Amino acid sequence: MSSQPLLRVTNLTHMYGNRVGCRDVSFELWPGEVIGIVGESGSGKSTLLSCLSTRQQPTSGLVEYDTKDQGLVDVYSLSEPRRRMLMRTDWGIVHQNPRDGLRMGVSAGANVGEPLMAVGARHYGDIRQQAATWLDKVEIDPERMDDQPKTFSGGMQQRLQIARNLVTHPRLVFMDEPTGGLDVSVQARLLDLLRRLVTDLGLSAIVVTHDLAVARLLAHRLMVMRQGQVVEHGLTDQVLDDPHHPYTQLLVSSVLQP
Amino acid sequence: MNTGYNFAYLDEQTKRMLRRAILKAVAIPGYQVPFGSREMPLPYGWGTGGIQVTAAVIGADDTLKVIDQGADDTTNAVSIRRFFARTTGVATTEKTVEATVIQTRHRIPETPLSDGQIMVYQVPIPEPLRWLEPRETETRKMHALADYGAMHVKLYEDIARYGHIATTYDYPVLVNGRYLMRPSPIPKFDNPKMDHSPALQLFGAGREKRIYAVPPYTSVKSLDFEDHPFEVQRWDQACALCGSTESFLDEVVTDDKGGRMYVCSDSDYCGERQKDQMQ
Amino acid sequence: MYVAVKGGEKAIDNAHALMAQGRRGAESVPELSLEQISGQLSLAVERVMTEGSVYDRDLAALALKQAQGDAVEAIFLLRAYRTTLPRFGSSQPVETGSMAIRRRISAAFKDLPGGQVLGPTYDYTHRLLDFALAAEGGARAPVAENPEPVEAAMPRVTDVLGHQGLIEPSGEGAEVPGDLTRQPLNFPAGRDLRLQNLARADEGFVLALAYSSQRGYGNTHPFAGEIRMGEVAVELVPEELGFAIEIGEITLTECQMVNQFKGSKTVPPQFTRGYGLSFGHCERKAMAMALVDRSLRAEDLGELVSNPAQDQEFVLYHSDNVEASGFVQHLKLPHYVDFQSELEMIRRLRRENAEAAQ
Repeated sequence: MSSQPLLRVTNLTHMYGNRVGCRDVSFELWPGEVIGIVGESGSGKSTLLSCLSTRQQPTSGLVEYDTKDQGLVDVYSLSEPRRRMLMRTDWGIVHQNPRDGLRMGVSAGANVGEPLMAVGARHYGDIRQQAATWLDKVEIDPERMDDQPKTFSGGMQQRLQIARNLVTHPRLVFMDEPTGGLDVSVQARLLDLLRRLVTDLGLSAIVVTHDLAVARLLAHRLMVMRQGQVVEHGLTDQVLDDPHHPYTQLLVSSVLQP
Repeated sequence: MNTGYNFAYLDEQTKRMLRRAILKAVAIPGYQVPFGSREMPLPYGWGTGGIQVTAAVIGADDTLKVIDQGADDTTNAVSIRRFFARTTGVATTEKTVEATVIQTRHRIPETPLSDGQIMVYQVPIPEPLRWLEPRETETRKMHALADYGAMHVKLYEDIARYGHIATTYDYPVLVNGRYLMRPSPIPKFDNPKMDHSPALQLFGAGREKRIYAVPPYTSVKSLDFEDHPFEVQRWDQACALCGSTESFLDEVVTDDKGGRMYVCSDSDYCGERQKDQMQ
Repeated sequence: MYVAVKGGEKAIDNAHALMAQGRRGAESVPELSLEQISGQLSLAVERVMTEGSVYDRDLAALALKQAQGDAVEAIFLLRAYRTTLPRFGSSQPVETGSMAIRRRISAAFKDLPGGQVLGPTYDYTHRLLDFALAAEGGARAPVAENPEPVEAAMPRVTDVLGHQGLIEPSGEGAEVPGDLTRQPLNFPAGRDLRLQNLARADEGFVLALAYSSQRGYGNTHPFAGEIRMGEVAVELVPEELGFAIEIGEITLTECQMVNQFKGSKTVPPQFTRGYGLSFGHCERKAMAMALVDRSLRAEDLGELVSNPAQDQEFVLYHSDNVEASGFVQHLKLPHYVDFQSELEMIRRLRRENAEAAQ
């Protein structure tokens, strides 16, 4: 294992006026590791994810990322061009609603090819070849690469979004309820795919979900959030099988007894 | 010459403001400089930007040529030429080689431009990223960061759908290796003429209040893919009047049974060639 | 035989002559005078002054005459004239609080200091065509003498609310307001520029946006706090004198909307403002402007921006009818070259299609 975390978060706080978004969150994410953030809606999971992925400036606290050239750097101290470059090359963001992460008006191939073009790819044939490869990896028939995502099912759209995110070989992927809004059977297939990709590519990921089953399948470690704060943090199996905090106990029991 | 207004209609303070914007534009090739566009006595979309730029750079010794669709005699070209003839009294010409300032809409003359000439383009929409992103605040940021990947998405889609890049006019270019620029709705046929042109090229968008420029001998590269290089239109026919196979041809419908003929869009070029052939 | 589109010069001259002929109408009917237009089509004149940004009844009447009554064309004429005018200085802010009131109503209070003054309005007419007007020279009903003169003190409703802290203070106007006819508009635009843009904006466009905000596309819960119309003095401080002198009087319509606002942790609940102002008597415009002004303040007030009327770039870039009319109608200009390029491309694609099918 590497001697340095990929992401280090220290006392991260975000306030909406006087209302707490998230408060005093600290953790480290190591290369190849997947952390799940669980909690009910309104617990601050999504705020935390936005602050981590530089989509929302935190009120206070530090988010440091292990950049290839400078080592651990406060991501909010980076200039906007560098931050955008980081988002394009090192990071991926999988939104709950694929519409937020895809260009619905252009073909599937262009959706996967765009991140490549954004970092300078200028050979049409190569771009197309890579797009086809990635569509295949996420189990979309490359025959459909010239179709627009709006002709795809919800599960396919989500897989397309994943391909678009992974084509530039990011090191860190943020996922916000990646299986939300999908049918149970479709969810299972997507989870299986995600788990395989994360393992094959050695990705690090932070997955926000309210679904403990998703967390158990994907995450090595879990953080349980309530009212903006992390109330319990540990290995996934430990947290789910032997919850210590009363709130976690409640969460786990409410899943077990539907 | 009408003496009721200042030389070239605009007052000197306004011209000074315009010249400052033009200088900035020349200093940053391809960058769109916002300027305090004035309300002109011609409608927006009919060349108010080009007219303001021309008014700012024209002097009493200049010779002005105005073309629209390549021709000097189209109604809008006539209207603008008259406007300057009335407000400046400068000499006007239809000959490209005689002109020191050429205001144009939609074409670059076929006759190569030379040192010391100024091309003034009328620009309806200056922002090359507009169809991808309607917000000015966002497109300015994209320019600042040279975040142009999305522009290639459109070209990619064209090739995927048609096998070619189907953009035929107002074809986006990268200026001096830095700023993405709309060349105004000239046919892509004319794009190569912009590259390293000895003439100073100025672009004015009145309604959108932007001026931009390509200084002489500056690189202007049309976007493309390595395996789908930029190419210009070609015709199987020659001009019916002067026989040119090199120029941009307009199609003229001669009857309602599919009859048509092709003639040069550049009326000066075509006329000069015909004259040469007579001799 | 091929005939190029020659003769542009001659055609343009003839077009002008034809329009002049149409403008004059039948020679047997007397020609309209500017006094008639300014006196009898005064609301049209006032709209042209407002959107043309020049307070000059005679010029606006001339523009309307020249434009054959086409308001947008007349506004264009006035604007093009305006740009050439030298600037001698800027007036002091006009004091609408001391307006010589001709009309003043509040929909928020039944009665208030100074009272409701209905004044001239079509509001309570029945919209029945008055055929008596068709017969010229008809006698008109005498205007009743006001039993008591309008009270001198007519505090603005917003000032009344302001005394009690119930409405947000109006922003300090200390800095010199921007001028978008001299400087390009940049975003985000300050309220000074937004108000200037709206004041010059097309009445129909602003009206439609205001209406959309009432129909659920960004509701601002408005009350017509006050609408007042009348004359105000325009004062200028000449550099040589160093004190203000009155240079004239203009008619204004002012609308102050009072809008609901729930407050936040730092700001106690209080009403917010939307402001509309027009030259002359343009009440519809002033009210619509006030609604859109308030909608455009959404971002400043921490409200969610999700509707057209709240979207600065959308509203400010599309509100000007001189810009819009020019650009929409520029499609009449020749586009032979671009069209030729498209034609060539379509033929080529079709040919390739056909070849592929074989």
